[in-house]
Amino acid sequence: MKNNVEQKVLGLNGDEAVAYAVKQADVDVVAAYPITPQTIIVEKFSEYVANGEVNTEFVCTESEHSAMTACLAAAATGARTFTASASAGLALMHEMLFVTSGCRAPVVMALANRALSAPLNIHGDHSDAMAERDSGWIQIYAENAQEVYDSILQAFRVGEHLDVQLPVIVGLDGFTLSHTLERIQVLSDDDAKKFVGTRELPMVLTHEGKSVPYKLDPENPMTMGPIALPNYYFEFKRQQEDAMKNAVKVIQQVHDEYAVLSDRRYGDGLLEEYQLKDAEIAIVCVGSTAGTVKTVVDELRAKGVKAGLLRIRTFRPFPSAGIAEALEKVKAVAVMDRSMSFGGNGGAVFHETRHALYDADGHPFLVNYIYGLGGRDTSPSQIRKIYEDLQKIVQTKQVDELIKYVGLRG
Amino acid sequence: MSRKDKSWKEVSPAGVCWKSSMTYLTGDWKTYAPVRDLEKCTKCLLCTLFCPDGAIHWKPEKGDIEFDMSFCKGCGICANECPTKAIVMKIA
Repeated sequence: MKNNVEQKVLGLNGDEAVAYAVKQADVDVVAAYPITPQTIIVEKFSEYVANGEVNTEFVCTESEHSAMTACLAAAATGARTFTASASAGLALMHEMLFVTSGCRAPVVMALANRALSAPLNIHGDHSDAMAERDSGWIQIYAENAQEVYDSILQAFRVGEHLDVQLPVIVGLDGFTLSHTLERIQVLSDDDAKKFVGTRELPMVLTHEGKSVPYKLDPENPMTMGPIALPNYYFEFKRQQEDAMKNAVKVIQQVHDEYAVLSDRRYGDGLLEEYQLKDAEIAIVCVGSTAGTVKTVVDELRAKGVKAGLLRIRTFRPFPSAGIAEALEKVKAVAVMDRSMSFGGNGGAVFHETRHALYDADGHPFLVNYIYGLGGRDTSPSQIRKIYEDLQKIVQTKQVDELIKYVGLRG
Repeated sequence: MSRKDKSWKEVSPAGVCWKSSMTYLTGDWKTYAPVRDLEKCTKCLLCTLFCPDGAIHWKPEKGDIEFDMSFCKGCGICANECPTKAIVMKIA
């Protein structure tokens, strides 16, 4: 029985899908600075503002650092707040990302994932987001523009949840998702608005001894973002970790509620398994490449190869328990990373995935594939080759090279 | 840091101050404390204006100034600015 609501179909690219979702989410303040491949988001949204289609205060700032600062300040007044960025723009926000998560301001950001300079490159990879791994932001990565739209609506609910109160990044691969037109189903404005609801505020104890909603309010003055010396700073950081742990459940709940509404489901909201139940070999990846992997999995399954995919939708909080459970019976796993951690043990997704399996019984062989840096295309034939490598590892019970590079010359 | 300090489960989120700054006695920080020579002091009140912590008060009922040692950090600005050198800094 279907109990999902009526939806309409639009032709939107990923950036436009973000703008459309933000329009429906009844956002109070948007502050942003343009940067490729995110620019369409704010361009499109500024059209909504100019046309009077939204009741949003749109702030054009002189830099991304200022954009993030404006968002934090807006969120501090209790406003629902959104921004968008990419690459160098996110890097310039770096300082304020920590201040925002530390102030527990649930700002939502669309991040059109792009490579970092030098050399200068405007195309897609995950270097920007992975560099902000420890900034205290929830990170959700979408596979396609449909999921981008859905995830933005969910992100407000997740970040603003009273058990969470954290900022959220929704990542969409630069150009592959940001600029590619897709057929997208959208909720009606009413259904979207009802789903997102209004922002709830937690109660805090102020210096006047009153318990009041956490927002800047002349009637109930409070000090936000004060100094915390060695005797207190640590306690606040521990609270952020607790909020991340709470986010695991909240992301699933919000995802499930949305799935009933829209009839669209992305695994359990944290991890999406594809042909993984009986898989002997599997790929773990993040973002749009999962679409290519699914195509190759279908081909291999048709030939009787037990290939599967585990797509990580939320990199922060990292769903370690689910990963261990999903992969412990697989014989060989290739983890794909679209960024590098120079001098480390492969990419960030590999670190985490390998760590998640350390205590699992009879864990699989694990190898890392660095791919698609600076927007380099990753083809089905390259994915096929990865599965062939995994088959060889299963046969020989040996990993000859731990970290490999996909499509790299030489 | 003491056992009285709140645990991470008890503190307000995001470092919102749950106590007034009046309860945070910064006078504990000082190494040196101002000592006034009553004979040299002309009660010009320049020290009350220069004190960055507002820790020197004019008390009209006494017709004199008073140092609030709970908030005096011992910076020595009062001693430096005193035109008659009536204030000297001594180990607290």
